[in-house]
Amino acid sequence: MIETTVKIVNKAGLHTRPAATIVKLASKYKSEFYISKDGLHINGKSIIGVMTLAAEMGSELHLTFEGEDEEQMKEEIAGYIIGGFDEL
Amino acid sequence: MKGLPEILQHSKNFLNGIAAAPGLTMGKAYVFAKEALEINQNEITTDVADAISLFNEALEKSQKELRKIFGFAKEKMGEVRAAIFEAHLMILDDPVLISNIISRIKKEKKSPEFIVDDEISKYQQLMFGASEHYMKERALDIEDIKNRIIRNLQKKRWQSKIPLGAIVVSGNLTPADTILFTKSEAVGYITDHGGLTSHAAIIARSLNLPAVVGTHNASEQIKNDDMLIIDGFHGVIFINPDEHQIKYFTQKIKHLNEINEEMQGLKDKPAETIDGRKINLLANVDVSGEIDLVIANGAKGIGLFRTEQIIEEFGEFPDEEEQLKIYSDLATRIYPDSITIRAFDIGGDKVRQFDLQEANPFLGLRGIRLLLENESLFKVQIRAVLRASVHKNVNFMVPMISTIQEIIKTKLLIDECKAELKEEKIPFDKHCRVGIMIEVPSAAVMSRDYAAHVDFLSIGTNDLIQYLMAVDRGNDYVSGLYQEFHPAVIRILSHIVYEGKKSKATVSICGEMAADTLAVPFLVGIGLDSLSVSPSAVPSVKRTIRALEYSKAKKLAEECLSLSSEEEIIQTIEKFFKDNLIQRTRNIL
Repeated sequence: MIETTVKIVNKAGLHTRPAATIVKLASKYKSEFYISKDGLHINGKSIIGVMTLAAEMGSELHLTFEGEDEEQMKEEIAGYIIGGFDEL
Repeated sequence: MKGLPEILQHSKNFLNGIAAAPGLTMGKAYVFAKEALEINQNEITTDVADAISLFNEALEKSQKELRKIFGFAKEKMGEVRAAIFEAHLMILDDPVLISNIISRIKKEKKSPEFIVDDEISKYQQLMFGASEHYMKERALDIEDIKNRIIRNLQKKRWQSKIPLGAIVVSGNLTPADTILFTKSEAVGYITDHGGLTSHAAIIARSLNLPAVVGTHNASEQIKNDDMLIIDGFHGVIFINPDEHQIKYFTQKIKHLNEINEEMQGLKDKPAETIDGRKINLLANVDVSGEIDLVIANGAKGIGLFRTEQIIEEFGEFPDEEEQLKIYSDLATRIYPDSITIRAFDIGGDKVRQFDLQEANPFLGLRGIRLLLENESLFKVQIRAVLRASVHKNVNFMVPMISTIQEIIKTKLLIDECKAELKEEKIPFDKHCRVGIMIEVPSAAVMSRDYAAHVDFLSIGTNDLIQYLMAVDRGNDYVSGLYQEFHPAVIRILSHIVYEGKKSKATVSICGEMAADTLAVPFLVGIGLDSLSVSPSAVPSVKRTIRALEYSKAKKLAEECLSLSSEEEIIQTIEKFFKDNLIQRTRNIL
């Protein structure tokens, strides 16, 4: 299992479009993926779950990945978030 | 014939609301009430496997329905705005949600509808608990999905077929409902809740149907098949109108049709005075759906696109690509005419996106002040506007300017964005025109100096009058002091035009005052180059301009500028209309 903490850098925060993209990215991989924030622990492959995260700019998400392709999965998803959802 | 105020004075059978889409119509009411779903909490008596396959069928049916709505919405509202349905479709495919529901059905042996309700409600509770405004809207959106699955589990028909040609009355209309009603040729919309940016309002405007929203309790007061009159100009609804009211509105509708026909004849004619002064007559656009009406009514472009409405619609800040799509679509539709995009005017009473605690929001962090405090957000918008400018028909305008530093800082940011785009090899119009709103008295006084830094000035009369008169027109105690024809107001308008024109800047006006035909001769007379009004007001303003002589309008303006009370000014202008035999549309309506 690998873990990492990422910061939301987008002004608009984690809005619907990036939430959907994160879920779409996650579903390409076999590994498990969870997002934690403020005591909420959400399965990152669940759109309705990710949509319950009210993550404004500057807030931190704790990500955990576990499974055979966890490394690549972490690279892509954490990269997408740190990189500002390809919006910056 | 009596006017609307007299009729209202002698009537009790009417409701007031927000005039969300103009037009007049009579028709039968169809009260759309979503019956509260009764959730069967019993344990399942049949096989668990049957219950699960029932659930899967309901999911499939729901997906099919939503896909249809998604397709129809893309057609009616455009891809960006229809994206909300795409996220909804993903929820119906959510592996975690679905496997949780199925395993709970197996374990608890309760009816699938109970489990679906319970499971999805958990997520909604979390969203309702968040402090962000948009999370509550998200929770309401999800209600639609939940109810759709439950309804399909109960094998109830989705109530989307309504009598043809009805006026739809409802508490709230979800995006999906509104889209489906347009298929049944609804002729008007009335809702209890919602404002100018509610889905019903947006769709009604884009289809040119009258709508009144925010009536509080229309869906309780109105019964199915009640005869209704909607006055979408004034935001009034008559329920089971009496003979007089029917007569009055039948006449009005007849007049309106005649005017519309006459106005249609004006569509391709220029907004030009008898003695040849051409006025650039443009339209203000709140939501992109209005573009159809802008074109149909023959405006020569969009003089003001209020982008903050996009935030309300998205419920969050649209990213660069989302903004680019909206701006490009409008710029392409209006080409070869041009569009002036105004930067987000947030703060004040508009958009509670930032939960600011300000004692006096209208005098607080709004417009350019807020944008300069949030540079990265501002730059996303500037980049999107620049990228949309490739056909050289896009102008960019900044609201609430009060100091010269704000202009200079804004221009630096624009230059920064241009350099970035150049670096990234993304095309844009190097000469994209930049202008400022004149709506704060300090900017009005400084017009000449500020004009030297920009390509155009645009006067926002609503705020200018409010700040000049120190009056909140939403406040009933003082709204009488909101005087469009107060001598100070018309003198400051004249000052802005006179001073602004000392540089190369063009001067236009985009506040509601320009749509008041009474104000048109004065505004033309002080030398404004362009007027931008709501799309539905374009024909009547054009007709007034075409009936004017510029030389006489100039004299009228001079006379008005010498008067010292609003009363005298209005009388002078009314006399001008009479003496020159110019008909006012407001009188007919």
